[in-house]
Amino acid sequence: MTETASSSSTTAHPAGSSSALPIRQERGERQAFCGLSGIVWLHRKMQDSFFLVVGSRTCAHMMQSAAGVMIFAEPRFGTALLQDRDLAGLADANDELDRVVRELLARRPDIGTLFLVATCPSEVIKLDLDTAAARLQQSHNGRVRILAYSGSGLDTSFTQGEDTCLQALVPHLPELPAMERSLLVVGSLADVVEDQFKRLFDKLGIGPLHFLPPRRAADLPPVGPGTFLIAAQPFVGETIDALRERGAHLIAAPFPLGIQGTRAWLHAVAAAWGVAPELVDEVIAAPAARAETALARYREQLSGKRVSFLPDSQLEIPLGRFLARECGMQLGELGVPYLDRRLMEPELALLPANTRLTEGQDLEPQLERLRAERPDITVCGLGLANPLEAEGLTTKWAIELVFTPIQGFDQAADLAELFARPLNRRQRLGF
Amino acid sequence: MELTVWTYEGPPHIGAMRIAASMDAVHLVLHAPLGDSYADLLFTMIARSPARPPVSYTSFQARDLGGDTAQLVKTRLAETVARFKPQALLVGEACTAELLQDQPGALATGMGFDIPVIPLELPAFTRKESWGASETFHQLVRSLLSGRPVPEGAGDPASRAKAEGRRPRANLLGPTALGFRCRDDVAEVTKLLDTLGVDVHLVAPAGATPADLVRIPEADFNLCLYPEIAHSTCIWLERMFKQPWVRTVPIGVGATRDFLLEVARLAGADPEPALAQARTRLPWFSRSVDSTYLTGKRVFIFGDATHVMAAVRIAREELGFDVVGLGSYSREFARELRALAEEIGVEALITDDYLAVEAQVAELHPELVLGTQMERHIAKRLGIPCAVISSPVHVQDFPARYAPQMGFEGANVIFDTWVHPLMMGLEEHLITMFREDIEFDDGQVPKRRPQAAEVSATGGAEAGVPEHERAEARAPAAGESEVRWETDAEKELRKIPFFVRGKARRNTENFARERGIKVIYVDTLYEAKAHFGR
Ligand code: SF4
Ligand code: SF4
Repeated sequence: MTETASSSSTTAHPAGSSSALPIRQERGERQAFCGLSGIVWLHRKMQDSFFLVVGSRTCAHMMQSAAGVMIFAEPRFGTALLQDRDLAGLADANDELDRVVRELLARRPDIGTLFLVATCPSEVIKLDLDTAAARLQQSHNGRVRILAYSGSGLDTSFTQGEDTCLQALVPHLPELPAMERSLLVVGSLADVVEDQFKRLFDKLGIGPLHFLPPRRAADLPPVGPGTFLIAAQPFVGETIDALRERGAHLIAAPFPLGIQGTRAWLHAVAAAWGVAPELVDEVIAAPAARAETALARYREQLSGKRVSFLPDSQLEIPLGRFLARECGMQLGELGVPYLDRRLMEPELALLPANTRLTEGQDLEPQLERLRAERPDITVCGLGLANPLEAEGLTTKWAIELVFTPIQGFDQAADLAELFARPLNRRQRLGF
Repeated sequence: MELTVWTYEGPPHIGAMRIAASMDAVHLVLHAPLGDSYADLLFTMIARSPARPPVSYTSFQARDLGGDTAQLVKTRLAETVARFKPQALLVGEACTAELLQDQPGALATGMGFDIPVIPLELPAFTRKESWGASETFHQLVRSLLSGRPVPEGAGDPASRAKAEGRRPRANLLGPTALGFRCRDDVAEVTKLLDTLGVDVHLVAPAGATPADLVRIPEADFNLCLYPEIAHSTCIWLERMFKQPWVRTVPIGVGATRDFLLEVARLAGADPEPALAQARTRLPWFSRSVDSTYLTGKRVFIFGDATHVMAAVRIAREELGFDVVGLGSYSREFARELRALAEEIGVEALITDDYLAVEAQVAELHPELVLGTQMERHIAKRLGIPCAVISSPVHVQDFPARYAPQMGFEGANVIFDTWVHPLMMGLEEHLITMFREDIEFDDGQVPKRRPQAAEVSATGGAEAGVPEHERAEARAPAAGESEVRWETDAEKELRKIPFFVRGKARRNTENFARERGIKVIYVDTLYEAKAHFGR
């Protein structure tokens, strides 16, 4: 690969069949979390699980910083710190891991599913956590389920850690009985959003309905040839592939962000299920109208404003689509950590024709373009937000968009508000 | 392997970043995987720094590993020097890169840059953040000063200043980005020195450039303000440039006086006017009758070595507390800490295991915890008041107002911060006198009245604690539930003011358990009270 030497290579090429957006590809310095950070929301979502990061002090420190305010005196995650003697011999490292897991399970008998999470250092020393998980599973005699996945910065960036985690669950999902069908929503959603969607699907007669990840890791949803899959988050491509290998069918759709996105998402499911579109329109009439009213106020504030995205969570494309089409904003550069065409085609088709997509990152040149452009608001990672504010740019933390319930009709206005608030604030301040 | 939940210190390259981020015109290139750039947010979000730290990452990924990661390092080095034009370049690696053995330092040295290049050895699997900061500062000073001549008259500050017809001058060494209250400490110490007629020659690393560091030997002596960072550099400077250094860290009234005496001796100044000018309310506030309730309060102290050692002295000599336990995560100063602990008849807990600290606090059940943000959480869970005295830092440790820890003003700040979490003396009195009054009965507490867990160190920030967390804080620990409270005893317990009720419950249950009593009656409660009473 000749690209390795130059830190940035820019190529414009047609972006595939359904979209002809030019895409700039960059490689260089990155400003993004690694996939370990997914633990911060996954441990809240699956409350009977525990995440044991097998890594270095850096990994532990990263988790602490990403979790920010140290709210939980003992959260459902921890780090098995690799030490000098673990690096010396793999046999010993495996013994050590077994000991730490034993201690942990003794201390926390409430753990139902234990995830061993690989990191850059554990991968570089080739500590095989998949094998370790199988070995430990055996020796703990089925009392807990022990799984492994990678959250390392070598393989994953930020939200991708959820993809590798869910992918690790797929082989353990029970088989959906032949002749039965079900809908599986993939990608973690806030409980309140799940409940809203469940009510809508119930009215449409679509079910049984399952979510991955489930609220309890012990309650794994079934999968089989009768399973229809719909992605709720844009970062679950590998999981979707693994589920398709078990016979499930993917329903292609835009993501349920904003009114249009949510409507298209529900319609796509209904069509796959054989539900009449008229019934969908009837069922969503009230929530969609409610969302219209709520959104109108923010559209007024956002319309005509320019927004740029630095690559972070994979939510950039659907967010850009929502802000452009439903809030009347103009898109500046739209940076994505990577472009996953498995899931993104329906979204790309909805982006304004002149959208400038950047895949990957080369930080400094990207910041220079941003400074030249000076958008009204920039979506970026935590490390960059304050320095950009200090340069007079208004910012929105990308991570907040991952933690906040933003999907569905009743959250459409909340999502717009997240962008309106920083602009509003800047207007209020008298200096 | 070692199981950790939270960590007090980051890896050593975070220490190197703290030095780079403290200084001007320095840049650090870090060979590190993509996700390690999280560290920027420590500076930009926690310390609210308006600029990114001067650090560039190689951000390598799996696909780079098969290829030539060394080439990636070279590209980043070349681009960094061209873009930022630093006066000196630090080159280091994070834990993963250490395993790759690309030797970025050697690569950088071979690239022919016309600025000093300082390769850093940061062994991530054996060392930690403070060590990394100390080592980076030391290496930087060393490589910039090596081979420079020893100034004339060095080693005798008083006569050297006199001979050159100027005021004595000192370097303030040790303040860094992400240090605990460094910003205000520097201002306070500068004022303090001025009262002695001593000038600050330069402050480093905070605010210094490599060109400034070259001027270090021009000062008559050094002040080692934060030994975790500057101790090894001070020793080296003394050896190479005959610069004496001041050992006392001026935190607390007594230490500030000692500091003035030590500086005055070196500078050949008369300390009396400076001592007479001391503006501190701590001694009088501590003597005022309202403070009587502070007598013998049992405190547990944990943090970095410097702040813990200072806190022990203040607690004992200036506030009349009993120090029932102390400890630190600064292994580098374990010997000093152990000696101090022995002196006051306790055992020092030298650990960076948060769970071990929690166990000790639970065991000692002190009336006040002086610790880090971690101990604040431990204390909250156990329902004990707490004040934060040390890093690791939190956004609350960068207040907008002036709030030093050092000098006489620092002593005022410390009095307020430590005493505030405890119930005010007068208030405690009134609540005891009026405990039948519904205003003071927390069974009928009006909504605005804060609960014990809220009235802790950082005041406002605690107000957002969700109800279930506070409930958790008061729930009895596991394994203590085998003793049952009879209804009247439970009622009687509720008459005890809420801020001491947790302790009364605990003491009574311990008392019962030790005697094999299964049910606690009103009498048991009072027998326990008599047993534990002081
Ligand atoms: S990037 Fe790698 S070394 Fe850094 S925190 Fe993530 S997993 Fe750990
Ligand atoms: S009534 Fe109040 S103000 Fe008057 S002496 Fe008593 S406590 Fe003081």
